[in-house]
Amino acid sequence: MLTFLVRRLLAAVPAICTLVVATFLIMRVLPGDPAAFFASGPVPTAEETAYVRQKLGLDRTVPEQLLIYVKDIARADLGMSFTTGRPVLTELRERLPASLELAVTALLLALAISIPLGVMAAIWRGSPVDHLARVVSSIGVSMPTFVTGLLLTYVFFLWLGLAPEPVDRIDMFTAPPPRLTGFLLIDSSLSGRWDALQSAAGRLVLPSITMAIFVLSPLTRMTRSSMLGVLSSDFVRTARAMGLSDVTVYIRYALRNALLPVLTTMGIVFSTMLGSNVLVERVFGWPGIGSFALNALLASDYAPVQGFVLLMGLLLVTVNLAIDIAYGLADPRARRGA
Amino acid sequence: MLKRSDPPLLSIDGLAVEFDTPHGRVRALDHVSFDIGAAEIVGIVGESGSGKSVTAYSILGLLPRQARVRSGSVTYLGRSLLGLRESELKAIRGSEISMVFQSPQTALNPIRPVGAQISDVLRAHSPLRGRDADRRAVEALDAVHIQAAERRVHAYPFEMSGGMCQRSLIAMALACTPRLLLADEPTTGLDVTTQKAIMELLVELNRSRGMSTMFITHDLGLAAQYCDRVIIMERGRVVEHGPTAQIFSRPQHVYTRKLLSATPQGHDRLTDLIPASERQDFGPVRQRSEAAPAPGPVKEPVLSVQGLTHDYVLQKQPRILSNFILPWRSRPNATTPALFRAVDDLSFEVHHGECVGLVGESGSGKTTTSRLIAKLVKPSAGSIRLHGEEIADADPRSFARSAKRRLIQIVFQDPASSLDPRRTAFEAIADPLLRLERLKGSEELERRIHGICDLVEFPKELLGRYPHQLSGGQKARVGIGRAISVNPALVVLDEPTSALDVSVQAVVLNQLDKLKRALGLSYLFVSHDLNIVRLMCDRVMVMKGGQIVEQATVADLFSRPQHAYTKALLDAIPRIEFGGAQAPFSGFERSRLSAGAVAVPRN
Repeated sequence: MLTFLVRRLLAAVPAICTLVVATFLIMRVLPGDPAAFFASGPVPTAEETAYVRQKLGLDRTVPEQLLIYVKDIARADLGMSFTTGRPVLTELRERLPASLELAVTALLLALAISIPLGVMAAIWRGSPVDHLARVVSSIGVSMPTFVTGLLLTYVFFLWLGLAPEPVDRIDMFTAPPPRLTGFLLIDSSLSGRWDALQSAAGRLVLPSITMAIFVLSPLTRMTRSSMLGVLSSDFVRTARAMGLSDVTVYIRYALRNALLPVLTTMGIVFSTMLGSNVLVERVFGWPGIGSFALNALLASDYAPVQGFVLLMGLLLVTVNLAIDIAYGLADPRARRGA
Repeated sequence: MLKRSDPPLLSIDGLAVEFDTPHGRVRALDHVSFDIGAAEIVGIVGESGSGKSVTAYSILGLLPRQARVRSGSVTYLGRSLLGLRESELKAIRGSEISMVFQSPQTALNPIRPVGAQISDVLRAHSPLRGRDADRRAVEALDAVHIQAAERRVHAYPFEMSGGMCQRSLIAMALACTPRLLLADEPTTGLDVTTQKAIMELLVELNRSRGMSTMFITHDLGLAAQYCDRVIIMERGRVVEHGPTAQIFSRPQHVYTRKLLSATPQGHDRLTDLIPASERQDFGPVRQRSEAAPAPGPVKEPVLSVQGLTHDYVLQKQPRILSNFILPWRSRPNATTPALFRAVDDLSFEVHHGECVGLVGESGSGKTTTSRLIAKLVKPSAGSIRLHGEEIADADPRSFARSAKRRLIQIVFQDPASSLDPRRTAFEAIADPLLRLERLKGSEELERRIHGICDLVEFPKELLGRYPHQLSGGQKARVGIGRAISVNPALVVLDEPTSALDVSVQAVVLNQLDKLKRALGLSYLFVSHDLNIVRLMCDRVMVMKGGQIVEQATVADLFSRPQHAYTKALLDAIPRIEFGGAQAPFSGFERSRLSAGAVAVPRN
């Protein structure tokens, strides 16, 4: 198991290296001369531009620049955002928990619905449950997140008045809990701030439902088809022939095997969620990294964009690593074969 | 033996089962009736589609959802099983009536240790929990002669051989000491020596526990050797049943006779496998005693192999891992990757018109050898000369494009999975012609393909069908047709009939023999079935652990085997020996078995 872990960790190294080089190159191919951009006046003199260029290190060769970039990253320096005037790292660190909290909640919600639904659809194939699963999946794939988000806001905030206004993660008049992890649900529970917990949880409902609906379809369908495959397998037949109880047959024998491909899907789904939550964050005024990066991009503020891409890449590598390790824990054959 | 006075343990009466298919209802079982008495071993014998497995599933209420029991009854100890509720059936399954299956490696949960799977059964049917259940699981593995059972309970199915998995499955089925065991082809796909060990284990358990066994098989030899009574099924009906000796010495039904003759046993000629009434013209009959078409000593062999060796690289560790991260672990073999020698210094020749058999058990290296000869894999060392020309060094990819590719063709084991499911029979046969002969013009192609159809007796009107629309025998013919379409000199036959029913196998084998003589082919015939090799081949090579342990003419090998391994292989072949000079089936074998003289495999 240790060898397996070490191997998996090592496999992530090339991915991270490629990522660093890629983000560096993205900056090189983006249009515009940063030196001209950062110079003071509207018509900078040649000396001024040259000075800025030298200060930014743009007069060096490309490999040298890459080296500097790598050194900066190693020192956790991602540059400054000129629109907010703060270090990119600080901005990202403040906003990442918001995005992660949303994505994780949405994923848990989606799993809580799709796995039982998929399992039931497979066990009672062709039954009303199966049809329900199909309808849910179809709705999930056919509705873009911003439509679902706006629709939910309209119904539950404007019309029924059940949901809080779609702005920020917590009520304006509720003091946020002391920052421990940045995850409001966790921080407020840890510090016993039940009013903050209630407010934060309330605001999380609509956006996470919106994201969950989006990923319900692949998870449900994967669970269903994988479960169907496993239910018709030889070892489930054996389990039945041995007179094991339904719970043992369906959960311990069938579901545990059926979850292996679902685990892989889950990794892909979570990555998609991280990438696509820009829209949801926009609709719900969520102070996450997605909307931050979008703002920066629109303002041609490239350092935050670069930082964002790097961060997303690292997150994806981490997610894949976690999925691989989870797979290894769940499947003894993967441990051995890898 | 069942005494007349004993009430039967299980009684099936007039059982009829139908399947709902997209093409309407299909009758799978048609008024099947038989009894199984206490401590009896009853063999259910039939080819695919005979309904033998459906019978077993009906007993346990495990029929697929498309199946319906139309009429009849299944009575176990005076209690009808058909009307039972699911919960009542669950209480019977695994504890009163249990079942073991074919392909044990897939019949066990791949991600659960075998011990845990046995404990699951114990927990379902006994008050045993926790440690007690675990201890019983060890005992259960011990009872099926698995050594170091305390360690083996933690093993996953993929860590064990097929034979070990089947033993574990049997341990699981017998953990709650059922009175009736349904064994559905428990040894199909296992090596002959493993098969023998498993069958003897089943007989031993049957005797020692007084358990009854319903033994489902397609192999008449196994039924003859291990069963008290035999039931012959054909297309959902029981066509004949009776004591084993009677069935095999005086078969009454025409189907039984056909099956018996199709089973390669002590026959003298290949054509004997087919009943006289159905025999077609397979050309001049070659007597078994006839010597091989003696190759002139001056004549160059078609294939000449010298010192052929192949190593597989095991676990290619990333260099970075072995050098930097885990230096203390992998230093000894940091530079030399672990190798597995699958084929070790083979030398043999195949002459014109000769059929050379290559036999051995799984892992003996016979498949690797066939791939090396067929130029699908490049050997690590050695020489392969085709018509005197060295081809061992040629890269398989470039060889596939060369003109010599035509000369060596291969027929693969499973015709179902070796044909492209999205190509029609016509396209499958046309493929080598288009690639290797660069045949242009559809008329010429069609003419050639029709010629091939005539040769392999594949109906031309089926050429437009896809593999799934063809029967096993037809698919096998397409596979053979593909191989011979380009007029090869040597055909590697890799277990060409192992997926076929015996009666189909009989016809296909005759076909192959006829083709060989008609087209002047040479065969390298890879098989695990010594009976078939005896009928098909002129010479035999026995492989074990990558080496040829014995090489002899068929007559010599079967009458005077020299190597101990060859003797063990020959000894493991199930035999039908009834009537005539052979003593009718007596208690001799059984008493020997129950005395504990059971071969226990190591590890």
